Amino acid sequence: MTFQQPHVDTQPKVSDEIRKTTCYMCACRCGINVHMKKDDEGEMRVAYIEGNRDHPVNKGVLCAKGSAGIMQVNAPSRLKAPLKRVGPRGSGEFEEISWDEALEIATGHLGRIRETNPEKLAFFTGRDQSQSFTGFWAQAYGTPNFAAHGGFCSVNMAAAGIYTMGGAFWEFGQPDWDRSKLFMLFGVAEDHDSNPIKTGLAKLKERGAKIIGVNPIRSGYNAIADEWVGITPGTDGLFILSLAHELLKAGKIDLEYLTRFTNAPVLVNGDETSDEFGLLLRDKDNKFMVIDRPTGKPAAFDKKGVKPDLAATHTVKGITHRPVFQHLAERYMSDEYAPENVAERCGISAGRIRAIAAELARVAFDEAFEIEQEWTDFRGEKHKTMTGRPVSFHSMRGISAHSNGFQTCRALHVLQILLGTVEVPGGFRFKPPYPKPAEAHPKPHCKVTPGAPLNGPHLGYVQGPEDLMLKEDGSPARIDKAYTWENPMSAHGLMHMVISNAHAGDPYKIDTLFMYMANMSWNSSMNTKGVMEMLTDKDENGDYVIPNIIYSDAYSSEMVAYADLVLPDTTYLERHDCISLLDRPICEADAAADAIRWPVIEPDRDVRGFQSVLCDLGARLHMPGFVNEDGSAKYKDYADYIVNHERKPGIGPLSGFRGEDGDQFGRGDVNPDQMDRYIENGGFAVHHIPEEAAFYKPWNKAYQDWAVEIGLYDAPQPYLFNLYVEPLRKFQLAAEGHGHRQPPEHLRERIKETLDPLPVWYAPFEDGNVDTEEFTVHALTQRPMAMYHSWGTQNAWLRQLHGRNPMYLPTKIFTEKGFEDGDWARITSAHGEITVPVAHHGGLNDNTIWTWNAIGKRKGAWALDEKAPEATKGFLLNHLIHELQPPKGDGLRWANSDPVTGQAAWFDLRVKIEKVDGPPENSQPDFDPIKSPVGQGPEDLAWKVGK
Amino acid sequence: MTQLPAQTERKLGLVIDLDTCVGCHACVISCKGWNTENYGEPLSDKDAYGANPSGTFLNRVHAFEVKPDTGPAQTIHFPKSCLHCEDAPCVTVCPTGASYKRTEDGIVLVNEKDCIGCGLCAWSCPYGARELDQVAGVMKKCTLCVDRIYNENLPEEDREPTCVRTCPANARHFGDFADPDSNVSKLTRERGGMDLMPEQGTKPVNKYLPPRPKDTMEEIDILAPLLAPVASEPKGFLGWLDKALEKL
Repeated sequence: MTFQQPHVDTQPKVSDEIRKTTCYMCACRCGINVHMKKDDEGEMRVAYIEGNRDHPVNKGVLCAKGSAGIMQVNAPSRLKAPLKRVGPRGSGEFEEISWDEALEIATGHLGRIRETNPEKLAFFTGRDQSQSFTGFWAQAYGTPNFAAHGGFCSVNMAAAGIYTMGGAFWEFGQPDWDRSKLFMLFGVAEDHDSNPIKTGLAKLKERGAKIIGVNPIRSGYNAIADEWVGITPGTDGLFILSLAHELLKAGKIDLEYLTRFTNAPVLVNGDETSDEFGLLLRDKDNKFMVIDRPTGKPAAFDKKGVKPDLAATHTVKGITHRPVFQHLAERYMSDEYAPENVAERCGISAGRIRAIAAELARVAFDEAFEIEQEWTDFRGEKHKTMTGRPVSFHSMRGISAHSNGFQTCRALHVLQILLGTVEVPGGFRFKPPYPKPAEAHPKPHCKVTPGAPLNGPHLGYVQGPEDLMLKEDGSPARIDKAYTWENPMSAHGLMHMVISNAHAGDPYKIDTLFMYMANMSWNSSMNTKGVMEMLTDKDENGDYVIPNIIYSDAYSSEMVAYADLVLPDTTYLERHDCISLLDRPICEADAAADAIRWPVIEPDRDVRGFQSVLCDLGARLHMPGFVNEDGSAKYKDYADYIVNHERKPGIGPLSGFRGEDGDQFGRGDVNPDQMDRYIENGGFAVHHIPEEAAFYKPWNKAYQDWAVEIGLYDAPQPYLFNLYVEPLRKFQLAAEGHGHRQPPEHLRERIKETLDPLPVWYAPFEDGNVDTEEFTVHALTQRPMAMYHSWGTQNAWLRQLHGRNPMYLPTKIFTEKGFEDGDWARITSAHGEITVPVAHHGGLNDNTIWTWNAIGKRKGAWALDEKAPEATKGFLLNHLIHELQPPKGDGLRWANSDPVTGQAAWFDLRVKIEKVDGPPENSQPDFDPIKSPVGQGPEDLAWKVGK
Repeated sequence: MTQLPAQTERKLGLVIDLDTCVGCHACVISCKGWNTENYGEPLSDKDAYGANPSGTFLNRVHAFEVKPDTGPAQTIHFPKSCLHCEDAPCVTVCPTGASYKRTEDGIVLVNEKDCIGCGLCAWSCPYGARELDQVAGVMKKCTLCVDRIYNENLPEEDREPTCVRTCPANARHFGDFADPDSNVSKLTRERGGMDLMPEQGTKPVNKYLPPRPKDTMEEIDILAPLLAPVASEPKGFLGWLDKALEKL
C-alpha cells in the first residue's frame, strides 16, 4: 500500500494585525511584533510575539523572556483593582476599592505632607524606565527623597564611567562588535544588555575574535568564552591594575591618544601644604594646563596646535607640577601590582596575567588598522584617518556590586584608555546622548520648601564637598543619606537604605513611603527578614513606625502585602511609555534612537498605568507642571505628557517626528500626531550619526556639532578623559583637613583611602569585618537569561525553565565536605543562615558558591500554589546579606555599601558551609504564607487564540 | 507501520552551533509560542502555577558539564529537538500512519487526526525528541515550522523556523542538506558538523557544530617579547617616555 501523505496547511494566516511596541520583560528594551488575532467574540487578542527586525536594539531576535510575554499579560498574578489594607501589614488582607477612593486616600497623605514638610515623603521607584518623568514629578512635589534602583544595581559602573570618560557600558555605549578582535567580559548581569551581547558574541565568533571571560562562575556567556578566568570575587580591580602594570612597563600604551585626549598631560599641584595639593593646574579661564612640548611652555589643553607633553615638569613659585601621567605610571609600575604579587589574592597565576596583558598589547597595537575617514578634532587639527585598536571590554554588576566597586570600575575604564581603545574603531563606542562628562550633568539638589517644588533635579554629579546634600547642621538632607560623607558621589541614590533609615529615624523619620515596582520585602532588599520586620514594626503607641506605605505594581508581588494602599499598574502591553533620550534611550553607536510603548491591548481589569496616575495625582495636588493656569489638569494621561511636555523649548520626551510636519528629530515643536507617527514607524525613531562623526565623539568637531543640532547639548563641549578624577581628590583634601566643609572624624581615614583620584584597590569591607578564617567562601547570585528578577516566576512558560535554584558548590568544597547531589547545606554568614539544596558545578572558582537570583518566592505571592518549588525549595541569598556592616561598637550605622557611590555591596558576602543531615521539608528560613489578593492560577493552560 | 520514503527531494534541517549557544532558551520559548498558536493542538502546560508544572515543549536546551584532562570544567549548552532522521524509527513504528516523513522535504510530522497517543514513537526515538501532550493526548514534535517556511503570508525573510529567526546568538541555521551549496551544507563542511549518536543508525538530518577548543592561551614567563620592559628602573621609564613622545 502506498502511503498517502496528508494535506498540511503550509499557508495559515499568521495574524489579523501586527502591533509593534517595546518589550519590557527585562531592562533590555527590544522591539517586538505583537501578532494579534480575533478571538471567537471578535476581540483582538495577543497570539504570538516575535522580535522586530527593523529595531535598532534587537534587529529581529528575541530572548526567552520576550517570547514569553504572552504569558505575562495573561498571568493570574496581575492585580485587578486598587486595594486598601484591612488586615495587619504583611498579612495580604485587602479590600478592593474604587480609583476615586484610592486617589483620595493618596492625595490626603501626599497633600498634607507637601504643605507641611515635603521631606516626609520618600518616593522611590524600582526598575523604572520612566525616570525622567518620575523625577520630574518628585521635583515638582518638592521632596528631596527620590531615586530609582541604581543604588542597589550598578551605580558604581555608571558613576565611575561618567567621572572617568563621560559614560560607561550598556546604555552608555557598546563594543565595536563588527571590528573588535579581542573582547574581555568581566562579571555581567544578563539583561545589561540581553540580546545585543548575545548577538555581539556571535559576530565576534563568526570573525574568529577571541573572547576572555573573567568571572568566578563559568556559565552562560562565560561558557562560550575562549578563555575563562575564574577570578576570586572582589579582586577584579587588583587584576586589572596588574594588567596596567605590565602594559606600562612594556610601554604598550597609546601615548598619542593619552596626550591628545586625556588628562594624562594635565599638571598636578605638588605642594603638600597647599589647599590645592593634588588639584589640577588651571589658567585664568579655568582651563586645564599642560606643557606644550615644542615650546616647553605651559598652555591651555585645548589651545590650537598645542602638543601636550607627558615627560616634562613645571615649576611655578617653587612648586613642582607634574603631569597626571607621571603620577599614574609611578603608582602602577610599583611592584605592588606585579603579577607575582597579586596572583594568589586574585586566584589567577602570574603567567596567565602576563599572557592576557600580552594579548591585549598584541591586538591593540600589532593588529591596529586605519579607516580612511577624515575628521577634525576640537583643537582644529585635521586627521586623515581613524586608527582602530580592536580591543573591547564589557562589564556591569559583577565588578560593581562590591564595596570596592567604584574604584574597580574606574580601573577598568582607565585600562581601556591606556590602550587607546575608547571611541576608536574596534574598541568601545559611546551611544548618544553619551559621551557626556560629569560637568555636563546637573548637580544634585535638596532644598525643601513646603508647598513648592525642590530647587532642582534630585540626582546628578557632585564636583566636590560643596555639592554634598547636607543640612545646615551637617546632617544628611536625604533619607537615604545620598551625597553625604558616607558616600559622596551617590549618583543614583541608595534605595536599599531607605526602609532601614526610615525605620531607624536616621537621619529622620518619614510619614509616607511611596514606591513603584520594587520588591523591597523580598528579593530587592538586603536582610529581607529584617525589612519585613521594619515594615510591620510598631511604636509605643501601637502605630506603625513607617506610618503610611503606598505601593504600585502590576503583579501580586511579595511587597504588595506590606502596603496600606496598592495602586495597580498595567502590564507592558497595556500602557504608554517612552524610552527617552532624556533618560535611558535605545541608541546605538551609530545613531540616536528612542522608542515608545503603546496599549496594543486594553486592560481587562480596573488598573491604570502608574505614570498616568502620577499625572492625575500631580493635578490633584496642584503641582506646577501638572496643572494649567486655570488649575485644571495639564495632562489627560502619560501619553498626553509624552507628546506635549517640553523640558526645554523644542525638546521633549520623544525626539522623533517633532515639528508641525513631523519631520524634525531632536529639536522641534510639539507634534500632536507624534505618538501615531511612532506607532506607524514600528514604535521607535532613529537618527543616524554622520560617518565623519562616528568615532572620537568627545573630541570630534563633527559629532559635537551634530549633538548640538539634535539637542543633546546646547553648545559643543569637548573634554578630556579623566585618568585622574579631580573631584575625588577634593574629597580627599577635605579629609586631610583642607577647606571649610569637613567630614566627620570617623570617616576621615576611609575617605583618604577610598576616594583616591587614581584607581586604587582595597579589600572588600566584608573581609575586614568578618573572620576570614571562619568565613572562607564567597557567595554570589547570577540572573538566569530566561528570568528577570522576580517577574519570571509568574510566567507559566519561564518558570518551567528556572523553577528551582540549588546552591552550586565547586568541586573542592563539594568533595571535601562529602556532598552528593540532592543534599542540603546550612550556609552561614556573619549576619544569618539559610538551609538550602545544593548541587555540584565544576566550572567555578574554588572558594565561590552561587545560586540563581530571585527564584525563591514567598508562599502566597505571584498567584502560585503554596507548594510551588519556588516557595518550598527556592530561596534567597538576601537573608545572609545585611544592609549594614556589623556594628563596630561606635553606635553608628555603617552601610554595607561602596564608600564612594553608596552602591549596595551584595557581592562582598562571605559564608561558611556545613552539610545538614535530615534535610528540612522547606528551605530555611520559611515564612508564613501571605494571603493572595488575586487568588491562584488555573491548573492547566492550553492557550490558543485563533481557531 | 508507516513506510519511509526511499529518498526525499530536499533534506531540510538545522545546523546547531554548540560553540555559540549560550543556553538562553530563546529558541525554546519562541518555539513554544509559535507552536501553541499554530500547527495542531496547542502545547499545553499542566499544573502551570503549581507544585509540578509540566508542559509540552518541542525543543529543549540541556546543559552538560565536561571536565577535560587538563584545564577547568566546561559547560556545553545543548539544544535538542527532532532531528528529522532519514531512517526515522518513530515513523516506521507508528501503528496508524500518523507519524510520517514528507517526500518533498524530509520533514517528519505527526498527523494529529490519526494519532492515538499510544506513545510508541516517543519510545522508539533515541533522542527523546517527542512529547505526548497531556491535555490533547496527541504526540507533539518539531515541525521545522512547516507552517512558516512556505507561508506566503509571511515576508520572505521570515520563512524560516521560529527558533532560527529568534536565536540571538546566531547558533541556529536552517537549510537544505541535499544542496551541497546551501548554508547548512557549507557550515557542516567547514566546521566539522556532526551527527548526534550516529551509532543509532537513524541518519539524523540536523547537524551539530562542535565547540572550538577552550583555555588554550599559554602562560607567559617574565621574558615574553611582547611585555619586554622598556626600562629597568623608574628613571629609565621617563627617558623612554621622552624618546617615545619625540617620535609621535
